[in-house]
Amino acid sequence: MSVSIVPLSQLPNGGSGRVASLTAQGLIRRHLLDLGLVTGSWVEAIRRSPAGDPAAFNIRGAIIALRNEDANQILISID
Amino acid sequence: MELTYVDFGLKPLPDQLVIALAGNPNTGKSTVFNALTGLKQHTGNWPGKTVLRAEGSFIHRNNKILLVDLPGTYSLLATSADEQVARDFICLGRPNATVVVTDATCLERNLNLVLQVMEITPKVVVCVNLMDEAKRRKIRVDVDTLSRELGVPCIPTTARDGVGLDKLKDAILDVATGVTVTSPRRVTYEPYIKQAATQLEARIRPFLPKWVNHYWIALRLLEGDSSIIKAIWSRLEDDSVRAVIKEGTAAWAR
Amino acid sequence: MGTLNSSLSSLLSNLAQEINPKETQEIRDSIVGSIYSCAEAIAEKVAHHELERRSELDQKIDNVVTSRLLGIPIMLALLGAILWITITGANYPSEMLAVGLFWLEDQITKLFIMINAPAWLHGVLVLGMYRGLAWVVSVMLPPMAIFFPLFTLLEDLGYLPRVAFNLDRYFKKACAHGKQALTMCMGFGCNAAGVISCRIIESPRERLIAILTNNFVPCNGRFPTLITLSMIFLGGTVATSYSTAAATASVVGLVLVGVGITLLISWLLSKTVLKGVPSFFTLELPPYRKPQVGRILVRSLLDRTIFVLMRAVVVAAPAGAITWILANIFIGDLSILAHLAGWLDPFGRLLGMDGIILMAFILGLPANEIVLPIMIMSYVSAGAILELDSLNALRTLLIDNGWTWLTALSMMLFSLLHYPCGTTLLTIYKETKSMKWTVFSALMPLAVAIIVTLLVAQTAFLLGLV
Ligand SMILES: Nc1nc2c(ncn2[C@@H]2O[C@H](COP(=O)(O)OP(=O)(O)OP(=O)(O)O)[C@@H](O)[C@H]2O)c(=O)[nH]1
Ligand SMILES: [Mg+2]
Repeated sequence: MSVSIVPLSQLPNGGSGRVASLTAQGLIRRHLLDLGLVTGSWVEAIRRSPAGDPAAFNIRGAIIALRNEDANQILISID
Repeated sequence: MELTYVDFGLKPLPDQLVIALAGNPNTGKSTVFNALTGLKQHTGNWPGKTVLRAEGSFIHRNNKILLVDLPGTYSLLATSADEQVARDFICLGRPNATVVVTDATCLERNLNLVLQVMEITPKVVVCVNLMDEAKRRKIRVDVDTLSRELGVPCIPTTARDGVGLDKLKDAILDVATGVTVTSPRRVTYEPYIKQAATQLEARIRPFLPKWVNHYWIALRLLEGDSSIIKAIWSRLEDDSVRAVIKEGTAAWAR
Repeated sequence: MGTLNSSLSSLLSNLAQEINPKETQEIRDSIVGSIYSCAEAIAEKVAHHELERRSELDQKIDNVVTSRLLGIPIMLALLGAILWITITGANYPSEMLAVGLFWLEDQITKLFIMINAPAWLHGVLVLGMYRGLAWVVSVMLPPMAIFFPLFTLLEDLGYLPRVAFNLDRYFKKACAHGKQALTMCMGFGCNAAGVISCRIIESPRERLIAILTNNFVPCNGRFPTLITLSMIFLGGTVATSYSTAAATASVVGLVLVGVGITLLISWLLSKTVLKGVPSFFTLELPPYRKPQVGRILVRSLLDRTIFVLMRAVVVAAPAGAITWILANIFIGDLSILAHLAGWLDPFGRLLGMDGIILMAFILGLPANEIVLPIMIMSYVSAGAILELDSLNALRTLLIDNGWTWLTALSMMLFSLLHYPCGTTLLTIYKETKSMKWTVFSALMPLAVAIIVTLLVAQTAFLLGLV
């Protein structure tokens, strides 16, 4: 049973994991936290937009779309 | 040393109770607002429909009530302008009660906001809206337990169909007039944060009016956000308030 | 303004030194974490899920409407469907209203003759004011009253955030915010409302871009113009299913041009006066909700009708009176209107239009819905056609005045792109609190409109297409 850490943007649709850490700083970090992306929260990738970016995630029961470069700053641990 | 609503552009009649309507985006605040006031604010199924603050009044059990529809926010940690507006109004506009409209299908993320509002003011009523949708999605919400857990009245509603609104009005009135005394659930922070906040609280006390929650402000300062203090000071138009605080400052300096 | 008391500010700056940024970040992480875990704990005790949280149906709908293959075609199809219903549905009430209102005009005229009212009074009040009103009500009201409720249905269903989701990529490329798509959707109803809705965009730079380009989505006051002209010049004389389809396609095409220009200008602004990179973007996709069809239809139908009637009384009636006066006060042997139109004519021709059309756009600054009526009145007052109760009559009038398909196309493009109406400009001023940006928001689209129509018209002339 190995745990791997990937950026949220690389989670395939249907894949899920828990927030390991945020690499974002400043305002973006605060926004992400307020959305409920605190360490340990469960996130699931739901779908991609037609152009592949942004992607939508299930974050604490709401479907929220994030752009790739923002989702890149969220590290997810999957086991 | 009453701080008036004037700096929020709100002019309630002398005998009117002011009630703020807060909540996550798209939880039905404007729908509740319309149902209570009979006004016709635009509603729409997307987060961010309401961007202008709306006010409306109604009478319940012979009490005049002024209801203020605030923009929807995920949090009150003042990351965005909307959040700042909502926070400043709840904290400094000193409404007689604040109703937090929540989405019954998505309680967890909504409770995040409820807990934050309860840190600022104890006079909170939680409106658990969209009960019909919860039912359809087979989500059972135990509202009585929720009331007990939160320590404030929680009322289940389906605002779109007008269900539960009478009870909501009763609860609002009782909290606003002090008939219901609430005992809001407190979030437990890590001990080192708690300790730092308690220490800081003592240091900032002399600079602040009595009616704001000093512990809450200390927490904001600890996380690097001094905007709330600036907001308080920019609103202290009233000389008497300033005098009281000056006195406090002098005492503190000694 | 209360200035920060000096000992308080020293306390604050001391504090800033005591706690370093890394610590504040840690504290914040921990505070938000604690609040969420408390929320989690309570929710667990209180909410009992028997099934998966997300509705299966929602998932299925989203799989289609945001799919790589169908996402964008479905958006276009929905827009097309709404326009098609609008065009088909508006035809009949438009004609009824026209017949009714012009019958009433005859009765009022009889009354004026009976009481021996002077001709100028009849002119100002009936041929000017009343006609202005009648035109707005009969030509503009029906499409607006149909389009808007339909759009509201989509809004209530929860479709608009999906549009923003599908289009965000393009806005990102233009260095703009994906929620600009939502503000554009609001702009379809009314650009002033669209400008206000730009408040959902947090970053000031991206918000300003959205405000400045909102005008490129045709508002409800311009749709009827686009529809009428494309019906006349692309659809043929009678409303057949072919002509309706052609008109629908051309209006959808125009909307696409508007979106394209929006993206282009957003990008240009981002590279020049509003330099910057895209900021943070989050967008919640709410569950689909069954719209309360009956209530929405009735409410927004009433809303629109009242809105249009109000604007008609406040703006169209005076504009009608002014147009009549301009057309009937003579300097030398030409009316003021003819002088103005003659003066504007060479420029108008360069852009594929004529002086009267440009003048209608100028007089129409207060409200877009009066441009077409003013233009018609100006043509009518020059000639003397009276019975204008069908598209066919309008077509004859326009062709008699030298219109070709290029005139129609140029006018549609100009209408799509030119400056926002007076109300919107006022709103832009209120939102930006800047005279500079307000003026810019009028002149920039005007320049775009002139450049585009100039290019189109000159190309058509060069290729000998007209
Ligand atoms: N099924 C159901 N739908 C509801 C209920 N209350 C509101 N809605 C719908 O939920 C959507 C959002 O309602 P609004 O009142 O606009 O929400 P809001 O909280 O004001 O939203 P923002 O202004 O964007 O923050 C609308 O489509 C409403 O019709 C309810 O009790 N049941
Ligand atoms: Mg609202």
